[in-house]
Amino acid sequence: MNQLRQRLAEVSPYCYLIPCFAVFGMFLFYPFFKTIYLSLFLTDKLGKAKIFVGLKNYSDLLTSESFYNSILVTLIFVVIVVFGSMLLGLATAVLCSKTFPGIRAFSTAYALPMAIASSGAAMIFKVILNPTIGVFNKLTGLDINWISDPRYALICVAVLTAWLNSGINFLYFSAGLGNIDESIYERASVDGASGVQKFFRLTLPGLSPIIFYTLVVNIIQAFQSFGQVKILTQGGPGESTNLIVYSIYRDAFFNYKFGSAAAQSVILFLIIMALTLVMFKVEKKGVKY
Amino acid sequence: MDMPVNQKAPLNGVLRRGQYTEEQLAALHRRMSAAALRRRRIKTSVLVALNVVVALFILFPLLYAVSVSLMTGSELFTMDMNLIPSAPTLENYLRAWAQVPLLRFILNSFLVAGCITLGQILTCSLAAFAFSFLNFKGKNVLFMLVMATMMVPGEATIISNYLTVSQLGILDTYLVLILPSLTSAMGIFLFRQFYMTFPISLYESAKLDGCGNLRFIVRILLPLTKSAIGAMSVYTFINAWNMYMWPLLVTGSQEMRTVQIGISMLDNTDAQSITLMMAGVVSVIIPSMIIFVVGQKQLIRGMFSGAVKG
Repeated sequence: MNQLRQRLAEVSPYCYLIPCFAVFGMFLFYPFFKTIYLSLFLTDKLGKAKIFVGLKNYSDLLTSESFYNSILVTLIFVVIVVFGSMLLGLATAVLCSKTFPGIRAFSTAYALPMAIASSGAAMIFKVILNPTIGVFNKLTGLDINWISDPRYALICVAVLTAWLNSGINFLYFSAGLGNIDESIYERASVDGASGVQKFFRLTLPGLSPIIFYTLVVNIIQAFQSFGQVKILTQGGPGESTNLIVYSIYRDAFFNYKFGSAAAQSVILFLIIMALTLVMFKVEKKGVKY
Repeated sequence: MDMPVNQKAPLNGVLRRGQYTEEQLAALHRRMSAAALRRRRIKTSVLVALNVVVALFILFPLLYAVSVSLMTGSELFTMDMNLIPSAPTLENYLRAWAQVPLLRFILNSFLVAGCITLGQILTCSLAAFAFSFLNFKGKNVLFMLVMATMMVPGEATIISNYLTVSQLGILDTYLVLILPSLTSAMGIFLFRQFYMTFPISLYESAKLDGCGNLRFIVRILLPLTKSAIGAMSVYTFINAWNMYMWPLLVTGSQEMRTVQIGISMLDNTDAQSITLMMAGVVSVIIPSMIIFVVGQKQLIRGMFSGAVKG
């Protein structure tokens, strides 16, 4: 009886983990390995692994121009998005770092984009960028068909994504600014430091841990953008906005090449993983706490 | 106005040397503080003005969408500048709601996002409880495993997940929309972060009094970590409301569509439907916006009290 009770006490901690690990197991661990497995096969239209081809899906990808294009486009996209959204988040957070009348309303406005769905935002941008009636051409006096021009389509999707992601960055940076000790600014003022000096010598170094965290989160998030591409450009014109996630979607669900799509998924995972590891390596050197 | 009293002694010294009278000194003092006040006022107004400009810039897409949704089709289709509707009309909303079952989409999304939020709070708080209050073999390894899941992008598993649920034959159901999102590493991490600051003595004394673990969670732990639950709810609900790729893949019939997929049915570039589309977009942004504005304070307090100090 006592032995049974002891057994129970040993086992019971795991019971609290069952619900979450059941979900993780079914929808994360299992599919993760299945994706790797699928990437080694040719599949039928239902996604059943049919013929084992080894690394052929990968070697096909690595010799395909379209795939290199996807990677390149994705990298450019990620750089623009991360840079833009972090800059916007930082600027708005700095604007709200000192209290003034109406600060609550402004903070809500700056954080608001995080509540907006990529699909809805993409539809709004579609109207704004419309070549004939869109307000952007009217305001700037330009006559550019933004979304159908391969030179501009990627930038449009990237700017839209940067806007969407800036909201949460505002929150991160606001929290970071709140953590900086006010007294160092006072001492700097006494020493005659200008506002710009204070920003670059005190604010940015003080923010470096949160900048690092935000950078990691933003890069991972930017790699996964999908809804805006699907609605705004469908990967086009040509393949100018065929981001890797969109390419996975198109290969799997239009071309039924599940094997190739799975291989791209694995590569996407490896890229994100490598970037994260590199950033953590760099962090150990560069970020001051 | 305490300052002059404190500074009296040195000021008097200056007074004697510089031959100032008391009145002159007081006047000088008033002038200086008036100047300081003016400088502060100018600084504040510049700050407010800057904020107004930036806020308008950030909110511009939303304001423009609202504006277009209130225009008639003919008003939108001019070459002139048309930022504000001259004769605002709600007709687009009536027609958008009649043309696609927006109410059904919204109810679907509420149901799905609500269940996901509840489910995540349940699974994440249970797991976080075990990770912070209990001791068992492999605890650290399991926790690392949970954290590692954050590195796997959802898109990397989405194909296999799609194949799994289609083999299970649960495509186009509420279950398939909810099930994969029922837990999250971020939630577990957030709750654990909160529970770690929870006095362990409270847990031990509750245990001595014969309070079981489950009862401790329900009666003591959850009520005392409301701010974490609040933050988590707002964040999860908004993300679930805004889900796009998964619902797009697994729902087929109109009855099962969530709002984000539903409004893309209004996505059409022909003349009359742009205003209609904007009315639809605004309709589905409003619920998530309300939840965000109401829950913002909770969200910030919960997310940033120690969770991301770097």
